[in-house]
Amino acid sequence: MAAMGPALTFCALFLPFVGALAAPFAITRFGDRGAWLLALFPALAFMHFCGFLPEIAAGEVATGGYAWAPSFNLSFSWFLDGLSLTFSLLITGIGTLIVIYSGAYMNGHPQQGRFLSFILLFMGAMLGLVVSDSFLMLFIYWELTSVSSFLLIGFDHEREAARRAALQALIVTGGGGLCLLAGLVFLWNITGVTQLSLLVHLGDALRQSPFYLAALLLVLAGAFTKSAQFPFHFWLPNAMEAPAPVSAYLHSATMVKAGVYLLMRLNPVMGDTPAWEILLPFFGGLTLLTGTMLGLRQTDMKLILAYTTVASLGLLVMLTGFGSPHAIQAAVLYLLAHSLFKGALFMVAGAVDHETGMRDVTRLAGLRTAMPVTFLAALLAALSMGGLPLFFGFLAKEEIYLALWSGNPRAVFFTLLAVIGNALMFALAFAVALKPFIGRRAAATAGVHEGPLMLLLGPVLLAVLGLVAALAPGLSHRYISSPMASAITDEKTVIDITTMPHWGMPLLLSVLTVLLGLLVYWRIDAARAGMLRVLESLGPGPDRGFDILVAGLIRFSVLVTRLLQPGRLEIYVTATFIMLAVALLVPLFVFGEMPALPAWPRDMLIQEAAFLAIALIGIIAVLRAKDRLTAIVSLGIQGFAVAVIFLLFGAPDLSFTQFMVETLSVVILTLVMTRLRLDPSDHRPLGQMLPDAVIAIACGLGFTLLLLRSLEVPFDMRLTEFFNAYSKVIAHGANVVNVIIVDFRGTDTLGEISVVMITGLAVLALIRVRAGRRAP
Amino acid sequence: MNTLILRTVAPGLTALMLLFSIFVLLRGHNEPGGGFIGGLIAASALAIYGIAFGVGAVRRAMRFHPMTIAGAGLFMSTISGLVSILFGVPFMTGLWIYPSFLGAEVPLSTVMSFDLGVYLVVLGSIVSIALALEQDSEPEEQAVAPLPSPAELRPEVKKRRDPRRRAKESR
Repeated sequence: MAAMGPALTFCALFLPFVGALAAPFAITRFGDRGAWLLALFPALAFMHFCGFLPEIAAGEVATGGYAWAPSFNLSFSWFLDGLSLTFSLLITGIGTLIVIYSGAYMNGHPQQGRFLSFILLFMGAMLGLVVSDSFLMLFIYWELTSVSSFLLIGFDHEREAARRAALQALIVTGGGGLCLLAGLVFLWNITGVTQLSLLVHLGDALRQSPFYLAALLLVLAGAFTKSAQFPFHFWLPNAMEAPAPVSAYLHSATMVKAGVYLLMRLNPVMGDTPAWEILLPFFGGLTLLTGTMLGLRQTDMKLILAYTTVASLGLLVMLTGFGSPHAIQAAVLYLLAHSLFKGALFMVAGAVDHETGMRDVTRLAGLRTAMPVTFLAALLAALSMGGLPLFFGFLAKEEIYLALWSGNPRAVFFTLLAVIGNALMFALAFAVALKPFIGRRAAATAGVHEGPLMLLLGPVLLAVLGLVAALAPGLSHRYISSPMASAITDEKTVIDITTMPHWGMPLLLSVLTVLLGLLVYWRIDAARAGMLRVLESLGPGPDRGFDILVAGLIRFSVLVTRLLQPGRLEIYVTATFIMLAVALLVPLFVFGEMPALPAWPRDMLIQEAAFLAIALIGIIAVLRAKDRLTAIVSLGIQGFAVAVIFLLFGAPDLSFTQFMVETLSVVILTLVMTRLRLDPSDHRPLGQMLPDAVIAIACGLGFTLLLLRSLEVPFDMRLTEFFNAYSKVIAHGANVVNVIIVDFRGTDTLGEISVVMITGLAVLALIRVRAGRRAP
Repeated sequence: MNTLILRTVAPGLTALMLLFSIFVLLRGHNEPGGGFIGGLIAASALAIYGIAFGVGAVRRAMRFHPMTIAGAGLFMSTISGLVSILFGVPFMTGLWIYPSFLGAEVPLSTVMSFDLGVYLVVLGSIVSIALALEQDSEPEEQAVAPLPSPAELRPEVKKRRDPRRRAKESR
């Protein structure tokens, strides 16, 4: 077993991906029941990770991995401590329930298989994220969760709102991912390690580095976008366009917690600095307030839950950055409680939507008799969310107040924030979980009945777990909360809070919260209307800002494209030659590399002078030519003269090729000219000719000077000597030029002839396009 | 171009130039010449033929589309490079054999077939560009009616052979 361990863990990490591949076939073959089969994949992984519990609780860590690209010091390696293990269990455990739930929720949907495939793909990505040890692996999985979230939000891709929400989530979280990458590169540069497990011991070096703040800001940008912190909170409510299982899984229980996970993971390394303890509580607190306030306005069950999720994430960030061991313990407990009750509530909302076809809390009423089991699950989850005794949420809330309450002004401020936030969340919890089920049954929901087993299993199990975990605090603390808190604080931490209320300030604050919550719940319609008025007076929020940003980006790219690709050959050619002249001349001037003017050769042979003269005559003829054809042929004269000069100086191969190239260029240029159907002659005003002449002379001058300069440098004969010496001996060829082409540098030639062929194809395609357009 | 002199000389000249191009290709290893230059000569030979008799004549004479020839050349060169895998030596290593042919020893090598590939690529690419350009500049050159394509012929055949369909149509 010990030897098999790493291999099994590796398999467990990839099980969800295998499930993703199998999903479409399973659904086609078995229909809805295929979901039970597919749930086996995460369930097996869950069981495997459960096997680590005793080991991790004893304070050990499990690591493993395989070399990936050893030359870059990269490995595919994982690292399981209390934090990773808890997340792994949440991901695979809730994932199993979600897969089963999706089987019923999406029943009859023509693309149910695809949906489950995406869900499992996401699961694999998220699982990889939380166990990653290497930075690169973390980043890849991080982005993969963004991509799979994009696919899931936009699953109903025929609706524009879904497409917009998907794109928005991708841009916000993907953009944050890029910031994270930059941040990780900073961490790597500062500390010289690429593994999280090694980073833990280098916290002091990191905190003292001058680049600490830059790295922190980049990492926070990644974490805040992923975890929907203000001002990036807007994507999460929009992501509710996705089907309910996605909201329950990605956008409450797992993915949005990736940012919080990262902050918790980096807490021992980057925490304990003023910047950390100011930025995190500030943005977290702001998000808590924004989330609950905006949530109050909503009437859609899913949207209310989404905003309370934003608020909860804010609370978690606030606690993580607060800077005391108790705050970390509170964050751990609240994270666990939140995953359980929010997952359950989202599934309840989905079940209600599935059975009644609506999610508006002002129109739903009296469903308790029709859907008793759903009601029970909703109530249990809401009691935990409200933080009432006997439930796990209560433990979390006690710990929060215990951590925040210390009497100094900063603590008072954040305690106040937490009380307001928790009270509003209490009210919202019951607005979702109680309101639709009590009162008189609305006529619209007359024929409603309870959902099937697959739809009930998830919410009931999660809601009951929130009760059980709190009733057996010793067990849950020992195996889950304490190891997780130890991993975050990097020292042995024991959580021992129980459900027995004990007299003290935290309990008083809890009572205050509940009373305040009840008050808001009682007057929820008035609160909603009031909030609506406040928001209207505030004007558009960042959601509208996103639209403006995207529209601006599109306008800007249109502008750039028009500037760089105006579609006129003249401009392209002119720009190319100007750049060529600049590239040739500027370095010569700037670096003072101008060549000395060589002396006129005294012993020039008569034939050399003659061909030089012919080349010059050719050029003059080009300039003086009355029509295009004469100019092309005259250019050929110049080319032939140069070919002869090559021959005179002992380069027969070069000269030979030059002859053929000149011949064919004359033929092809003539064909192009006739094809373009231009006037036979070219009359242009002086104003156009002068700039062209300047560019031409500049290019010519540039090449001349460059060639003269390179001749001044002593010539390195080593290669020439090598080729001369070995051409015959090892390549069996006397013609050194050709031996170089086909043997010594044959791979280059292979590339070159591929280019020749591709150019031919491209030219052919261009001609065909034009020909096709002309012939109607 | 419709001059009598060119029309008379062109076939002989083209044949001679093609022969010469192969000669240049094969001597390339020991004396000036090689695949690139050979391909260019062959391309000019076909250009001359095209100027004298038109694009259609060149296409008929070549039998294959010039791009097919270029593709075959690239394939040949790549394969010549890959043969070395079979002998466990690095990519593009030249391999030689010396078979006897009519009493004379003829050295053959992957280097030579590689150069032949170069020749075909250059020939095919340049001729296809030249022909495509030339074709459009002489639209009146449609003396030979193009053969009807199989797609144009098929519906007629089908109609005759499928009585059910004909019955449906008459209804």
